[in-house]
Amino acid sequence: MNFKLHVWRQKNAAAKGRMEQYEARDINGDMSFLEMLDVVNEDLVEKGIDPIHFDHDCREGICGACSLVINGLPHGGMTGTTCEVRMRLFKDGSTIYIEPFRAKAFPVIKDLTVDRTSIDRVMQAGGFVSTHTGAATDANAILIPKDKAEEAMDAAACIGCGACVAACKNASGMLFVAAKVSQLALLPQGQAERERRVNKMVAQMDIEGFGNCTNYFECEAVCPKDISVKFIAKMNREYMRALVK
Amino acid sequence: MSTVQTQVSPAQAQVAFISSSIGKKIFQAITGLFLFLFVTGHMVGNLQIFLGQDQLNTYAQALKNLPALIWSVRILMFIFFAIHIWRGIQLYFENKFSRPISYVRNATVQAPLSSRTMIFSGAGILLYVVYHLLHFTFITTNPQYAGLHDTLGRHDVYSMIILGYQNIAISAVYLVAMFFLCYHLSHAIPSFMQTIGINNQKWEPRLKVLGYLIAVVIFFGYSVIPAAVLSNFIVLPEGVH
Amino acid sequence: MKLDSKVPSGPLEQKWQKHQFEMKLVNPANKRKYSAIVVGTGLAGASAAASLAELGYEVKAFCFQDSSRRAHSISAQGGINAAKNYQNDGDSVYRLFYDTIKGGDFRSREANTYRLAEVSNNIIDQCAAQGVPFAREYGGTLANRSFGGAQVSRTFYARGQTGQQLLLGAYSALMRQVGLGKVKMYPRTEMQDVVLIDGHAKGIVVRDMVTGEISSHAADAVVLATGGYGRVFYLSTMGLGCNVTAAYRAYKKGALFANPCFTQIHPTCIPHTGDYQCKLTLMSESLRNDGRIWVPGAKDEQRAPGQIPENERDYYLERKYPSFGNLAPRDISSRSAKEACDDGRGIGPSRYGVYLDFSDAINRLGKDVIKERYGNLFEMYELINDENPYEVPMRIYPASHYTMGGLWVDYNLMSNIPGLHVIGEANFSDHGANRLGASALMQGLADGYFVLPYTIGDYFVREGAKNISTDRPEFREAEEAVTMRIKKLLDVGGKQTPDSFHKRLGQIMWEKAGMARNEKGLKEALQEIPALREEFWNDVNVLGSADEMNMNVERAARVADFLEFAEIFCLDALDREESCGAHFREEYQTEEGEAVRNDKKYAYVAAWEHKGVGQKPELHKEDLQFESVQLATRSYK
Repeated sequence: MNFKLHVWRQKNAAAKGRMEQYEARDINGDMSFLEMLDVVNEDLVEKGIDPIHFDHDCREGICGACSLVINGLPHGGMTGTTCEVRMRLFKDGSTIYIEPFRAKAFPVIKDLTVDRTSIDRVMQAGGFVSTHTGAATDANAILIPKDKAEEAMDAAACIGCGACVAACKNASGMLFVAAKVSQLALLPQGQAERERRVNKMVAQMDIEGFGNCTNYFECEAVCPKDISVKFIAKMNREYMRALVK
Repeated sequence: MSTVQTQVSPAQAQVAFISSSIGKKIFQAITGLFLFLFVTGHMVGNLQIFLGQDQLNTYAQALKNLPALIWSVRILMFIFFAIHIWRGIQLYFENKFSRPISYVRNATVQAPLSSRTMIFSGAGILLYVVYHLLHFTFITTNPQYAGLHDTLGRHDVYSMIILGYQNIAISAVYLVAMFFLCYHLSHAIPSFMQTIGINNQKWEPRLKVLGYLIAVVIFFGYSVIPAAVLSNFIVLPEGVH
Repeated sequence: MKLDSKVPSGPLEQKWQKHQFEMKLVNPANKRKYSAIVVGTGLAGASAAASLAELGYEVKAFCFQDSSRRAHSISAQGGINAAKNYQNDGDSVYRLFYDTIKGGDFRSREANTYRLAEVSNNIIDQCAAQGVPFAREYGGTLANRSFGGAQVSRTFYARGQTGQQLLLGAYSALMRQVGLGKVKMYPRTEMQDVVLIDGHAKGIVVRDMVTGEISSHAADAVVLATGGYGRVFYLSTMGLGCNVTAAYRAYKKGALFANPCFTQIHPTCIPHTGDYQCKLTLMSESLRNDGRIWVPGAKDEQRAPGQIPENERDYYLERKYPSFGNLAPRDISSRSAKEACDDGRGIGPSRYGVYLDFSDAINRLGKDVIKERYGNLFEMYELINDENPYEVPMRIYPASHYTMGGLWVDYNLMSNIPGLHVIGEANFSDHGANRLGASALMQGLADGYFVLPYTIGDYFVREGAKNISTDRPEFREAEEAVTMRIKKLLDVGGKQTPDSFHKRLGQIMWEKAGMARNEKGLKEALQEIPALREEFWNDVNVLGSADEMNMNVERAARVADFLEFAEIFCLDALDREESCGAHFREEYQTEEGEAVRNDKKYAYVAAWEHKGVGQKPELHKEDLQFESVQLATRSYK
């Protein structure tokens, strides 16, 4: 298979970037999207051109490092993350647009690599249970009904890739913040800090410059872990609850 | 690269509810709810036109005789409307600035066009509301309405409406505005539910349908009046022209 | 050099308790005077950094990823073991200890392994308290499953994402401390060297991967939690960033590297299909609970699997190991697959693959049950291979997965360099020659939450707070060496990419030091590796400059270390003239192909000391004393 690629190139955070065109030749349909880029990069290096920089690590859809907006959709809008997308899903000879995740809260570092430390800072604000190592009681002393545990797990499955932000027309970070707030609000362990957590995480989210949620639900549509927007509704409830408590 | 340690100070954490991103949304939802209730009430009032001249004019006179009520509603509606518009514009620009460089290629999976054009459908409604007030409430555009009285000497709202919508241009503008309203509501209703937290996976598609249904009811509820006028289903009382 | 394991005296069950009492404590008011550097923020690193900060120490944590939440611990699927005995099926600390030491083929330190089993229960409590959503029963208690052939159900899990959930738990604890200002976090920062002052590890030199800036950081102790070196095989199930650099740099500074040849090969990975591949995807081992593994009975079989009749199939694991069958331990299962393929009976395009067939299970249990158990894995398989495993048997093949070897540490998790602590997969201590399923997560968290925070305090008190400045000449020299090395890489100006060298190194290692090794192959590898290294330094093409984000520099520097490290790996495999655990020397097997261990000569930890690149490292032996267990022959027949 052959493809024409339009790729965002930007030397560093301060530089002005632009779209460049590359050819991807003799691509095997079983290759993942990132393996296709590896092939293009090896070719670029041989020609003495700086390879395309992009974040990646586990290459099996769990670490959340890989990003990329492919043809206008994070992770190509397909099942799973960019590293799981296979080239056979594209039409031979087609043109593919590859851009970085774009948001004020995710500034570009180089090419397709963006700085997502804003996610960490939101976590630092309250995405935890304040427990001291060694302070725990026996794990079975906290009984959690199966359905509650499962629902918390649905929320906890978030890999923090930021696709929700990249897909949102407003670059809002609500889905990933809601996932963490909901996970801990659903569990007994999270009750002590329930109000404080949602207040602090939302405040930090706003400081970071994420946009506002206007309920497009694009986040849910591209989330590689199928996090539901019901958690955003839950976070809204939690936030109002915190106001009256 | 070291992280910038932006910490939330207690003061920032207690940042006024209304200026937080969720707070703004909730305000938008609640002001929207009141506007929606007004729109519904207004529609029910208007539909009395089908009960005849006497009924509608009685209703209009009754409202007029309650200036305290009518003015408090007007002031409240003005405040809600102002907040709704101001917040809407603010959200629109904040959201634009949240993505300083836009994508070369844009794609959308499931966000309906109505959700992405709220600011425009809203602007359409605003323009119409201004015209509508000048037309029927302050009768600035048509001062001759002031002279319309029914046989009991009451202001003849019934005839005023019919006269208004006999004008094809006015009816057309009205229909377009009602379309904007319907379009706005089709996203606003499910969005309201989501924002105030009445949503879950099971209810999400149902609320969406409910939103569309209510929006369509409002559209027909309003549009049926000019339609009835233009199709001569409702005609001017004798002697009025 | 005399290796002192510092294992406390006394009965096995009381060693850790006794040691905890005997270790010196840091006065709470003095804790903030001590600082620690933690390199790597996976399960071990994040849990250690958070716990040290909770105690009051000043901590700096470094990771090469853009966030500590992305460390490769996240990929562990199956679960985490603990001796809770919640299922009332006869589990105990001693049984977990015994299973671990037996699984490791009696090549681990008894006291360390016992301690691991002992603190395993605290880990579950700790993680549950953090809000890790472990699977639960309807009554609200924790659910368990049996994993990796264990006879008891002691594995705790969170769907197929246990590693992710435990890492996010540790990450949240770490983020809390970062927010409190007790940990300073440096993401996208790669350690380049350890700095020794008066023989003690007192700092590191790092490269900022965004700006390329080289800088130094000083502390009272350095903790390496930098994971394993499985990517020496190039193709592995590990994350692409995983590397040996931090551990290898410490080795070059005098830390001993122990048992590098003990690497685990996981039997159920998706086979290699083309040269473009840089990573093999692991399919959870749980698939072996219901899938049957087979190859065609005849060589060079051309028929599709469905057309091969039952009597022409070889269900080799069931045939060779009737009692364990398809659930035979990882090393045995992996090696049997290799044997079948070497015999010309492999399947798939590369002929290096075996079938994992679910048709019997589907007939017996119905498609719905199988879907419920493995639905997501089947989907993942279909996405990658474009074949529907409900209809066509899966193709699997072993791949490098985990490394039991690592930097040598004593009972306190401190290497032979005072102040340099090594935790998690980066050290060698607990798994011996083979690791049991669901034990990697356990060890990472045991070290980070419950061992290091105690033992490091003892070191602090003994040494006192030094408050060392990075202005010292030792830091300048190390920075200069790092800068020069990167410059040297950039100056080669050759033609071949770093990855192409890595690929070639991987081929040598996989063929000659992979699942089965022999003297001839290892000796060949020891010839080929230095030659490849020389070619690398003459012909590698490293584009760009040092003072920018540059993946070429990052990769080249890591490959350069792998090219040196591979040599001690092969030397160690050559030295160990026995078959034990994951280390299988073809010369040492029974007629039936079973491993022959040599406890008389090789019941030791092989710890290698650097003597210069290209020079043979010096072997130091730590004899393993077994006071509580009988050395038994592993048999899974």
